[in-house]
Amino acid sequence: MNETPLIPPGVKRCSKWQFSLWMAAVTAVLLWGVYAMFLCWFKGLNQTNMNDAYGFALWIWADLAVIALGGGAFFSGFLTYIVGKDDLKNIINFAVIIGFICYSSALLILAIDIGQPLRGWFIFWHANVHSMLTEVAFCLSCYFAVLTIEFIPLILENPRLDKKPFLHHLSHNMHGIMAVFAATGVFLSFFHQGSLGGVAGVLFGRPFAYREHIFIWPFTFFLFTWSAAAYGPCFTILVTKITEKITGKKLVKDNVIHLLAKISGWMIITYIIAKTADTIYWAVVTAPNAGFTLMDFYASPTYNIGILFAEIVLCGFIPGLILITKRGRENPLLLTTAIILAVIGVSLNRWVMVLQVMAVPVFSFNNWYTYLPSWQEVATTVLPVAYGLIVISLAYRYLPVFPQEKELNPID
Amino acid sequence: MKEKNSHSNAKRYGMVIDLDKCTGCGACMVACYSENNVPFKTDETNKLDSINWIRVFKLTNNKPYPDTEVCYLPMPCMQCDGVGKHGHSPCVSVCPAVATDYDYSTGIVSQIYTRCFGCRYCMAACPYHARKFNWWDPAWPADTKKYLSPNVSPRMRGVVEKCSFCFHRYQQARDKAYLEKRAELEEHEYQTACAQACPVNAITFGDLNNKDHAVYKLKSSPTAFRLLERLQTNPKVYYLTSKSWVRRAGDNYLAHEEPENMKTTVKEHH
Repeated sequence: MNETPLIPPGVKRCSKWQFSLWMAAVTAVLLWGVYAMFLCWFKGLNQTNMNDAYGFALWIWADLAVIALGGGAFFSGFLTYIVGKDDLKNIINFAVIIGFICYSSALLILAIDIGQPLRGWFIFWHANVHSMLTEVAFCLSCYFAVLTIEFIPLILENPRLDKKPFLHHLSHNMHGIMAVFAATGVFLSFFHQGSLGGVAGVLFGRPFAYREHIFIWPFTFFLFTWSAAAYGPCFTILVTKITEKITGKKLVKDNVIHLLAKISGWMIITYIIAKTADTIYWAVVTAPNAGFTLMDFYASPTYNIGILFAEIVLCGFIPGLILITKRGRENPLLLTTAIILAVIGVSLNRWVMVLQVMAVPVFSFNNWYTYLPSWQEVATTVLPVAYGLIVISLAYRYLPVFPQEKELNPID
Repeated sequence: MKEKNSHSNAKRYGMVIDLDKCTGCGACMVACYSENNVPFKTDETNKLDSINWIRVFKLTNNKPYPDTEVCYLPMPCMQCDGVGKHGHSPCVSVCPAVATDYDYSTGIVSQIYTRCFGCRYCMAACPYHARKFNWWDPAWPADTKKYLSPNVSPRMRGVVEKCSFCFHRYQQARDKAYLEKRAELEEHEYQTACAQACPVNAITFGDLNNKDHAVYKLKSSPTAFRLLERLQTNPKVYYLTSKSWVRRAGDNYLAHEEPENMKTTVKEHH
């Protein structure tokens, strides 16, 4: 009797040895991060280079960045199941996996970042409904549950699991109602992405972050949700391209990538116009009302005006313009350039909204605050990357992640 | 009617610090450390991770000798009233677990150490850097543990702490008044450790709403100002200074703006 193979039929995978070697290397990096994580848990946050001025630092940036980059999951789900862009069914599995990795990483980072990890549940039990973080915690956890539900049917499609009738039917039926979960995911994402925008925007004691009138509600919420929906798919495309490069195979047809790139491009352009309007009002009205000029916020060698240019023009308008033009997105070099710039752009925005907020001195007699992460912070930030590589490697090897793979890579 | 039936009128405790008097001796800081069991490190050179509930800043007018002037500015928690109404202080509204709260009967912003789980969002929200994180467990050298104040709970690693306007003293004074069947406290009955320790009486403490308290008049002095008033944090700590450069240093102004000529945009809430 032949045992059902673990690897999906009709596709070719690297040898067990090659795979094991790769997994061992990534696991070594993961263990380095796990060691640093336990150091932080047992010895406390004195293992970091954070301080009383830099209470939010590398981890909170990583948290915000992965949540934005993981936005490709909810937005692709929205386009596939709600709008009905059927072509995107060929990339939605991968978008969900990336989203799952990003959101589980975000929760892990938060668990390391808090000073009393065993009291983490207080955010749910003693919830302050006025706090942005409360809403973020609730929606983040709920959406992670939704992503897990979205991931399960794909796991059940593993040939060995699919052989069991119950699991086969469960997977089939879950696929059937996936639109409901996709809609729930969009609903939840609107809340937590928006609330993450509010995390910095409501800080009226921090003139660099604070927004007022319509620029706090609904603008900061809208900008974060919109940017995650706009840039998240670029990250999905980028990781797909990297996976294709590593495996040496074409996994998704160009028309699918181009469709997602085109939608992403229009989202980026509309977002960056709104972001420009927000920046102008902030620079001309909000900041001067608090006694600051725009250049006061960019008077440091690290945080100079170049960072604003990079965020809005270089990593905003430019990738947006490339992706909305047919010639741009269909040119492999320009497409790659655009998605890399876009991923940098949204990460830069989250960096600015966390670390620059802390760096800008509010008192005229204080200097700019500086911060360099400790190795423990770096290792725990690299940890989710290694974890993501492991999940993607396992998923790619054992699950039918890319429906077009067989057609694009026929086995003779 | 409500006031008549209540035990006492709502207070709005605050502080007025005369910067022209402050010599920068640091007695207020020492008294605070001792009174509130504030932990300290063996090496306190890095001020960004050391804990103090009141910190004396040294300001200069940045002019060369002989025009150099120096001002010492003690900075406790500002116990902000915030925008719009009582209680919307920058930190209280952001804490996800209600570990910091605004006491409507005194106007004092509390910190509940056993509720705080150390997310540090309140620190990010506070423009005064009044909130400090316990990066380490407190280490009390030799026998000093025996001399900790029994009235203030020491804090553990991983939580935020800050000035409480010596709230335990308020509780003790209230207890005493209750036993004596009094609803109101005398001004001298509730004073902070820093105010009492100041050798030049630069710090005056009391109820900003009570006409009989010294702070009531002092806060309306023409030389009075508050730190970062333009951010609408509505602090309850006032400063007095006769020097315009000090007043200017206390907030942010555009090049053409003069602090003295600017109308305060923040309406004080009583």
